[in-house]
This record gives sequence, C-alpha cells and structure tokens, in this order.
Amino acid sequence: MVERASFEITGREDFSEVTYSLVVHHPLMAKAANPGQFVIVMSHEAGERIPLTIADFDRHEGTVTLVVQAVGKTTREMQQTCKVGTRLYALVGPMGLPSRIGHAKKVVCAGGGLGVAPVFPQARGFKESGAYVIGVLGFRSKNLIFWSDKFSACCDELIICTDDGSAGIKGFVSDGIKRAIERHTGIDEVVAIGPPMMMKACVETTRPHAIKTIVSLNPIMVDGTGMCGGCRVKLGNEVKFACVDGPDFDGHKVDFADLTTRLRRYTEQEKLALQRWSDTCRMKEPLVSGGRNVAATPPHPPATELLELPDPFEDVRGG
Amino acid sequence: MGKKRTIRTIPQQRAPMPEQPVEQRVKNFTEVACGFSVADTLKEAERCLLCPDEPCIAGCPVGINIPGFIQKLGQKDFRSAYDIITQTNLLPAICGRVCPQESQCEKVCTVGDTLEPVAIGRLERWVGDTAIAEGWVNVPDIEPSRFKIGIVGSGPAGMACAADMAKAGCDVTVYEAFHQAGGVLKYGIPDFRLPNTIVDAEIDNLRKLGVKFECNTLVGRLFTIEQMRGEMGFDAVFIGTGAGYPSMLGIPGDSLNGVLSANELLTRCNLMRAKEFPGYDTPLIMGHRVVVIGAGNTAMDAMRVSLRLGAEKVSCVYRRSRTECPARAEEVHHAEQEGIEFHWLTNPVEILDDGNGGVRGMRCVRMELGEPDDSGRRRPVAVTGSEHELETDLVVFAIGTNANPIIGQTSKLKLNKRGYIETDDNLATSMVGVFAGGDIVTGAATVIEAMGAGRKAACSMKAYLRIRDVNRGYADAGDSIGQFFGLALSEQNFARVRVA
Repeated sequence: MVERASFEITGREDFSEVTYSLVVHHPLMAKAANPGQFVIVMSHEAGERIPLTIADFDRHEGTVTLVVQAVGKTTREMQQTCKVGTRLYALVGPMGLPSRIGHAKKVVCAGGGLGVAPVFPQARGFKESGAYVIGVLGFRSKNLIFWSDKFSACCDELIICTDDGSAGIKGFVSDGIKRAIERHTGIDEVVAIGPPMMMKACVETTRPHAIKTIVSLNPIMVDGTGMCGGCRVKLGNEVKFACVDGPDFDGHKVDFADLTTRLRRYTEQEKLALQRWSDTCRMKEPLVSGGRNVAATPPHPPATELLELPDPFEDVRGG
Repeated sequence: MGKKRTIRTIPQQRAPMPEQPVEQRVKNFTEVACGFSVADTLKEAERCLLCPDEPCIAGCPVGINIPGFIQKLGQKDFRSAYDIITQTNLLPAICGRVCPQESQCEKVCTVGDTLEPVAIGRLERWVGDTAIAEGWVNVPDIEPSRFKIGIVGSGPAGMACAADMAKAGCDVTVYEAFHQAGGVLKYGIPDFRLPNTIVDAEIDNLRKLGVKFECNTLVGRLFTIEQMRGEMGFDAVFIGTGAGYPSMLGIPGDSLNGVLSANELLTRCNLMRAKEFPGYDTPLIMGHRVVVIGAGNTAMDAMRVSLRLGAEKVSCVYRRSRTECPARAEEVHHAEQEGIEFHWLTNPVEILDDGNGGVRGMRCVRMELGEPDDSGRRRPVAVTGSEHELETDLVVFAIGTNANPIIGQTSKLKLNKRGYIETDDNLATSMVGVFAGGDIVTGAATVIEAMGAGRKAACSMKAYLRIRDVNRGYADAGDSIGQFFGLALSEQNFARVRVA
C-alpha cells in the first residue's frame, strides 16, 4: 500500500502578490492523477469546498501541485494560513474525467492567467505522446509570468502574450492562438484553459477554422461527485455536470453566457464574507502568529482594493 | 406479566409525541419531535398485545424483534430492549427517526386493525437515544476472521453492511468522498429531523466495533473497485454509493441562478452549515418566496429548511394529488403545520427570468388524474387552458435522482439500462467478490431500505467468504441453540475456510 496522505503542504511558491502554488503530500493521488482532473480543498473545518485544478503531480515524490489566486475570502485566507508544514483540512480527488490525450500530432495548449497552471499537465501529456506542442501563455504583464521554464521544457514552441505588451506579443491568449494558426497548418486540437471570457475568445478564434477546441470548465461546486448539480453547464441543448461529465468539454458547444451568469450566483455573499474577514483578521493576526512576526506573507490590502481585482471569476476558475 | 392484554385493556390512545411548538421551531434547527419521556415509553409499551403472529417483524426491512424489545421496555429492562434491537439494527436512534414506519412495521401492527398502531418507531428512537445518553454499546465478542472488507460509501447501506461484517470478525474499512462520514444522513436529512450529533454517535459505535472510516476518498477516481479487489487486498467489497445525481427539470429556465436541486440546498445547509454563514464559509442564497417541486421526503426537508432559513413563504408544487405523495405522513403533517402551502396536481412548465439571470416566477399547469400508469398510480394529465403563474424567486427541484456515474465510468461492473449497478437476488454484482446495495442498485429509496440492503449484502458476503455464522445474532452465544455437541457455535467458527 501507498503511504497515507497527510495533506501536508510541502512546498509553496508565490508567483505574485495574489497567485501562489501549493505542493501537497498525497501519494495515492499523485499516483492516480491524470491531466485535466481537479481536486476539492477545504482549508479548515468551517471552510467551504473549493475546486482547484491539479496543476502538476509528482508520482515519485507523492505530491500534487495546486495553483491558487487569492481573490475571495477562502483563497485570501489560504494565502495567509497555508504555509509549508501546515496541513489542509480536506483534500479529495482526483475528480472528473481525465483529459483525452489522443493521437493528435500537432496541438496548441493555451492558458490564460491562472489557467496556465492546469494546462501544463496536458502540454506535458501531449509531448509524452509524441505530439508537436505549441504553448500559448497569456498574462496581464511581465511580472505575473510564471512557469514559462516548465513550459519551455515540454513545448516545441512557446508564445507568450501580455495584455500590456511588456513581454512577448501584446495581446490576449486568443491573439496567440491566432498567430499559431497563421503559422501552422494541420493543428489537430486546441486546449484552452482560463477565465470564461478568455476561453470564449479562444473558442471564437478557432471556430472559423473548425479546429477541435477543448475547454476546461470549473463552475461552482459543493461535493464534486455529481450529487448536488450545482456545477451544471449547458452544451447546446444538453445539461452536463462539470464534476463528473467534465471538466473538459467541446468548447464550440459550451454556452459561455450561461456559465458566466451561473458563476455570479454568490457574488453578494462572497463580497460579504470577504469584507467581514478583512475587517476582523487584522485584529486576529497577532494572536494567530503567537506574537511572532509572520513576514512570509505580504500584508493583504484592504477589502475595497480586493474587490476591484480584474476578473472576479479567476479564483473560481481556480488554476 | 399478570392478566393477558387484549385490545380492550390496552391504552386506547397512542402516547402523543412531544413536539416543539410550531411558532418556535420554524425559527430554529432543533429537533421538532422531542422524543418520548420514560412515562410515555412505558405507557406506549403497554399497547403492544405481544400477539403470536408478530406481523411487525416481517414488516421491518431488517427484521427487528419488535415485540421482544417492547416487552423488555414494559418490564423496565431498558438495557435488554437495546440488546434485542441491536441484534439486528445497530442504529436505532437513526431508524426510529427516519423510517417510514407507517408503511412498514406499524402498517401491519395487529393493534392497528382496530386502534392506532403501536408507535414502534417512537419506542425504537427512545431506546436509541437512551443508549446514546447512557453510553451503552454492544461490542460483541468478536473473533477475528482475517478477512478484509472494503465498503464504498458511508451512508446507511454502507454503515449497516460495515456493522455486520465487523461483527463477523472482519477488518472493515469504509470509504467516504465527503470530509465527514454519514452520507445522506449527514448532508441530506436536516438537523431538526435527525441531528448530526446522533449520526456521529452511531458512527462512533461502529468505530468501537473496529470499523475504520476513511473520508476524503473518492473511490473510482483515487483507486478503482478492481484495485480494491486486487492490489489493495480486499477479500470482498460492498458498494453503497447512493443514487445521488439529481434529475433535471428539463423545462425552460431551469438553469437560471435561482434554481437549484434539493441536494445542493440541503448539502449547503446541513453538511456545510450555510445556515451559520458567514461563521461557516459556504454561502446559500435564500429566496423570499420559495417553490419546491416534488413531494417526497427530500422535498419536505428542502421546504422546511427554507422556512428556517428565513423564507417568507414556501410552497410545494406536485403533479399528483396528496394520496400519491411519497413522503412520510409525519413529514407532510409537520410541513403543513409549519405553514407550507401545497399545490397538489400542479406541474411546472417554465421558470421565468427576472432579466438578471435570476427567477421572477414559475408558470404552471393544473393536472387531473387519468388512468393508472406502470407504477400503479394514476397518471396526471394536464388540464388545457389551466396555465397560471406562481410568484417565486427561488425554485428548488426535488424530483428524484439518477444513478451516479462514477463507479460505472471507472470499473467494468455491469450496469443496467438506467445506469444502476446490476446485481442478482443476493446483491452480488457481475464482479466476483463485489456486492452492491441501496440506491445505487434500486434507485432512490429510504434509509431503512438501504440499511436492509446493506445487511443483505453482508449476509451474501459472509456466504461468499464461507463465514459460517450467517444470520447469527451475536447476543445468542450463550443460548442452548448455540450449542452443538457441547461446543459453542463461536468455537466452531475456528473452522472458517478462506477461499482464494
């Protein structure tokens, strides 16, 4: 039998003020995980269950890597509390159907923002199956770039896009895909992961070329096992559950308007929770740290600032 | 015992169940039915005629010796009453609360032919509660059998199967995908009907039997059923994952933001404790005017939870009439008391958009009952021109569930056309050593039926493993029946043979 999972955080990297990765000890999950799958995390007993895509897994070390963007209350709180050596309260997975790494010969793996992380195992999977892999990574600006080295190692070509043009080409992920399509013929498949707006733009870019486009959806979930139906998404006239029928779907069929609306279900409550947490945690902080200075995490900005983050759904999107 | 009881000499009226007053209880999640006092229990126990036919035993899906335990209650030998119940049912505090007794044991009760039947469920609950309060546990003298049993799902089916296999000396591990054990008893049934503390107490009893619970484990995805039987070394596996894949309405507007399944509402409220938001992080949006579609126990729970979460008005929409309503009589009664508005013979046709992705109302048609359908119930038919609108801002659907696809997706187990696991009469699946029972086999049913299935599967498992004490209660070791040629049955069990 494989060693028992402790959910201990064995590694952490802060990519920017709001994005961070957690490496969690779970040997069995590292063994079972496949590209495209996700986990559900609870950071503490009174916490909520949030879905996060598996950004990497190391079968040898027995760890899985999750990438998180601190936007809502839970992800902000995790940014403070999830330090190396601490444990998550709950971690369940791998969930969802694994991505189909088929016999495609030439693929584009596109990730936007935090979506860069979950597209990595797919890029690596395609590379291992012998495909020509074109990586397209989009960030808001140069200082937010992460994992470009990991991608360089498994992509035959790498296109970096930044919104402000501070690195790579100036433009969105969809512009990167457009460039890849212009340069290459015979692209079999595009995998696009990121915020809904980004995925929609990518899908619209490939639609005229009739290139198969897979998107990974991560709507609001509770159990992640098909029991609650909260994560239902529309594909044409069909209703699917992202947790057990997905999370990968044919992007050309996905009803993105429906997806975005459904992601807004709890906006009010999310604001309330964040505001309340932000108001109370500053007083609590010295108590938690036991008088010592916790310098590892940057002090969080006030809630008003948090609420103006560029894409409120990027944390729901997970990483 | 004194004079023989007759229908004329017993108390003619059932002891009433003490309840929280309506106006108070709709504002809290404390149990509605407070439970019998000792006096109530003794009085109600007197109503059992101890009739020779014992129809109630046959009426109970797990075959509890009902007259036996009631007799002990009458003799004030409460501990023995508990011992008798736990011979067949390890979870009396749960079953006493959630079993549909009126269609099982109490339905066939001899007293019920003339008067109101004996309140068997209430008595069982009292015994279960007393055992928890007194800390009684029946840890039998378990003789290890060296068999390793894996159970998938910690709901009622899994718990019942785990109890039986642990009593047979097996090393039992129960896997649960949620972070807490209990399955539907935890996430589905609200606290005011079955407090989570009771579920936890019963789970603790199982732990004392040696059952191990592994939460945060999604079987199928983390490891497969095949792996459990193979490299993980389980001699037998029981699958009790429940149906849990809510059926969709399939009408326009059903993906609007104010529309959710009863499962989601109940899970957020019960397991994730959204009722204590923001103290707990999981949110739940409550409407002012809530409409619940469906009239089963889940629908009743969803309605009563909505009321307690502050909805001003809660209505039930059901396409058949009250007679066909599948919920327990007591639940409908409680719901009515609490002011739930019932729209019988009404079917939703469209949920109306408020222009912002939310719900502003629901369009319904009135139905009338036609010819009986396959289920024997009269088929509801829409009345032409009866369209009308109901004002609502939150629609909850509780119209049943489909088979959960995960086990099917990840194993070679044979499924039936509807996606449920196919089993033979002994609950054996198409895979050797793998058994299944509960909602994942039958489709949505009741807690006690799932427990019955769990016990039946345990029985088949023991036969499969050649464990000889099939159907043997653990309290009978000293009985004369337990002796053969001067040897206690338990000694004979050393001759267990392990099969490959």
